[in-house]
Amino acid sequence: MKNAENHLQTSDQVAASLQQLRQDHGELIVAEQSTCDGMPTVWVERQHLKTILRALRDESRPRFEMLFDITAIDERLRSNRAGQPASEFTVVYHLMSFSGNCDFRVKVALQDSDLSLPTIIELWPNANWYEREVWDMFGIQFAGHPNLYRIVLPPTWKGHALRKEHPARATEMEPFSLSDEQEDYEQAALKFKPEEWGMKRESENSEFMFLNLGPNHPSVHGAFRIALQLDGEILVDAVPDIGYHHRGAEKMGERQSWHTYIPYTDRIDYLGGVMNNLPYVMAVEQMAGIKVPERVKVIRIMLSEMFRICSHLLFYGTFAQDVGQLSPIFYMFVERERIFNIIESICGARMHPGWFRIGGVAQDLPNGWEKRIQELLDFMPARLDEYDSMVMNNGILKRRTQGVGVYDTQEAFNWGVTGAGLRATGLEWDYRKQRPYSGYENLEFDVPIAVNGDCYDRCAIRVEEMRQSLRIIKQCMDNMPSGHYKSDHPLTTPPRKEKTMQDIETLINHFLSVSWGPVIPPNEVTVGIEATKGINSYYLISDGSSTSYRTRIRTPSFAHLQMIPEISRGFMVSDLIAIIASIDFVMADVDR
Amino acid sequence: MTFEVGSGLSIAVILTTVIVVAAMLIWVERRLLGFWQDRLGPNRVGYFGLLQVVADMIKIFTKEDWIPPFADKFSFVLAPAIIMSVILLSFSVVPFAPGVGVVDSNIGVLFVLAMASLGAYSVMLAGLSSDNKYALLGALRAAAQMVSYEVFMGISILGVVALSGSFNLREIVLAQTDGWYIIPQFIGFVIFLIAGVAESHRLPFDIPEAEQEICAGYHTEYSGMKFGMFFVGEYLGLVLISSLITVLFFGGWLGPSFLPPIIWFVLKASAFIAFFILMRAALPRPRYDQLMTYGWLFLLPVSLVNLLVTGVIILSTQ
Repeated sequence: MKNAENHLQTSDQVAASLQQLRQDHGELIVAEQSTCDGMPTVWVERQHLKTILRALRDESRPRFEMLFDITAIDERLRSNRAGQPASEFTVVYHLMSFSGNCDFRVKVALQDSDLSLPTIIELWPNANWYEREVWDMFGIQFAGHPNLYRIVLPPTWKGHALRKEHPARATEMEPFSLSDEQEDYEQAALKFKPEEWGMKRESENSEFMFLNLGPNHPSVHGAFRIALQLDGEILVDAVPDIGYHHRGAEKMGERQSWHTYIPYTDRIDYLGGVMNNLPYVMAVEQMAGIKVPERVKVIRIMLSEMFRICSHLLFYGTFAQDVGQLSPIFYMFVERERIFNIIESICGARMHPGWFRIGGVAQDLPNGWEKRIQELLDFMPARLDEYDSMVMNNGILKRRTQGVGVYDTQEAFNWGVTGAGLRATGLEWDYRKQRPYSGYENLEFDVPIAVNGDCYDRCAIRVEEMRQSLRIIKQCMDNMPSGHYKSDHPLTTPPRKEKTMQDIETLINHFLSVSWGPVIPPNEVTVGIEATKGINSYYLISDGSSTSYRTRIRTPSFAHLQMIPEISRGFMVSDLIAIIASIDFVMADVDR
Repeated sequence: MTFEVGSGLSIAVILTTVIVVAAMLIWVERRLLGFWQDRLGPNRVGYFGLLQVVADMIKIFTKEDWIPPFADKFSFVLAPAIIMSVILLSFSVVPFAPGVGVVDSNIGVLFVLAMASLGAYSVMLAGLSSDNKYALLGALRAAAQMVSYEVFMGISILGVVALSGSFNLREIVLAQTDGWYIIPQFIGFVIFLIAGVAESHRLPFDIPEAEQEICAGYHTEYSGMKFGMFFVGEYLGLVLISSLITVLFFGGWLGPSFLPPIIWFVLKASAFIAFFILMRAALPRPRYDQLMTYGWLFLLPVSLVNLLVTGVIILSTQ
């Protein structure tokens, strides 16, 4: 068996890229920071930010093709910052290289009195939404940004929610009330003004219609709004508007203990269930230095893959439904229900079991679990074949989805597209293969790819992924290691009980871990996984206390929604619906 | 009063039956869809959920009859009335059985086509008067779709008219005593079937009201009884198309004598109704421009060729 540790970024590629940056732009690097994920992290002055980022994008070997994430940290209350330049607000740029399979982190220090940075939209167009989010949450200005409006919070919001002085609970704020005037004001603020987005109201020979699709519309899969600029039924331009499903998940991460935050992660991509727990608990484990037993890894994979099938089934059904095929969704719900029954018999809950723990899982597998899993493996393949003939081989569906919403690999990089949407452009890149975590390196499975990058291909890939997931589940079942379902590391939460009644040290430790929650040593870490919809990663900062100092959740759906206007211009309203369906997003995953 | 073609009694019976059947179809469709989609459908109200229709009707009648303040009131109210009236009027020329019918018109086929054309006004007026963008898009789609598909519908049944030598639907049935027109006019039948689905805008051709795209299209703003009229009107259209297929291509009430003629008619029409519902359960929806292209570039030439060939055969055999 190969070593099953998480992918640490210590490859030659990373060293080479860092070395090259030191050589070419050594004078611009203010400091280098080491984090426990091994990702190179450099601090630069803001006037050199663009130079450095451009060098990493164009000159570095390997090149960093994708802007994976932009976020910020309010450093004002952080005590463990040894070796880092003085900063009140730090903006973090996370770049990703697919050619070199490594990441790079660039940080910029800012002072509260002068919170401004140049925008990097010209380098990566997907910086647009990330910069808006940083502005929204921290009040950091991006000079040159074309529409630096709030994105997640309502346009009328006062304050910036992820600043440390902003309250985290309703009880810390004035009681909420909504008077008639206030309601009118809020509604007026939601009115779509085409001019704000640089749209014209009419062209030379026609007047455009602005159609408000959502936030309540049968096909937007939640509370999501797109303002469409239409010429007849042809889409001229579109402006997605998100934030209707925002719950402040990142803010909650700063007030919940490391342990009690786990159930919140379940609800980020609410179709992904325990798979959402995985990057979070792996990140905490990496900071705490916990090595989980082999059995835990395999159990986690098995459950995650079951949720992948559930999520893909729901996608598959709604995809067919959105192009007008009513029946598949009902059949797929039956299947999904059967899988949920199995999940329930293992985890005790269906959609959001919150079942992974720091250092293990909540319980051991129940007696006879193999029988239930075998059931799943027996009935699923035949049903998937049936769905192929019903949905994927249907002529009308093919005509509706082939050649619609096409983008290529370069565009996918530009917009931060990951997951099936990236693989549909012909790039064979799956986190589970490229950077195996939790023991995926010991499993045999294929990474399906397609070449056209259209709606049909995105669906076809997910269909094939379900078959691969079944293969993985079968291997997990056949090779389930024996051993404990929890690590015996003291920071495992809740800790193993065996020793508690034997000696005072472990008893005290147990008591504190359970009542206050574990104290995770100060560090920073980013852990990603191949989630149901793309790469989901958690960037956690511990300041050495029982709660996280900063929890950044990078979700795939957020990035994917941003490119809707790009890939739907010139198509019809019906095509837009097919495009939206093929992206496979849930609004909880977008808005967090 | 006697029960014969055109008597007051038969008018009353046919009118009531047709409306009741259309309303019952709401239940039938939901049950059949449930059956095909691996779920139950309405089964709580009365035996097998049969009283569901009654419950639905009570709800629809007692709902607030709301007209949006921004709508054009006159055409907003007129639109649902048009669809109900034209379809009910179309039924007047349908021969259900010997001696059962409202009127034996010599221009029956033309009358049905004329009424179908008038039906297009209903959806267009509904969409325009609602002053809602989704309704407008629905009306746009409906206008294009219904006007085009009327053309193919008309041409597709000309073969039948040529064979029988009559526009009178009753005579068309009688002309099929020696053999149903489904055999000589198979192509005409297929085109009529497709155009029929498009005319009654049901899935897969429910493009004017595509729920996933434009919510409910032209009747987005309708509620209460006015919505009910569109709703029942759609089912009336379904019954009408099924009856016409039976009359034009499947010999109407003709059948072995162990069953009365009216039963044969009902059986045949029901089979088509079930087929339409099955189509809804099975097929996705093409895009609006695809439907138009398909109609003008494929259905139109095929139906014209069908008519030509029929004409040549008739002339050469005379």
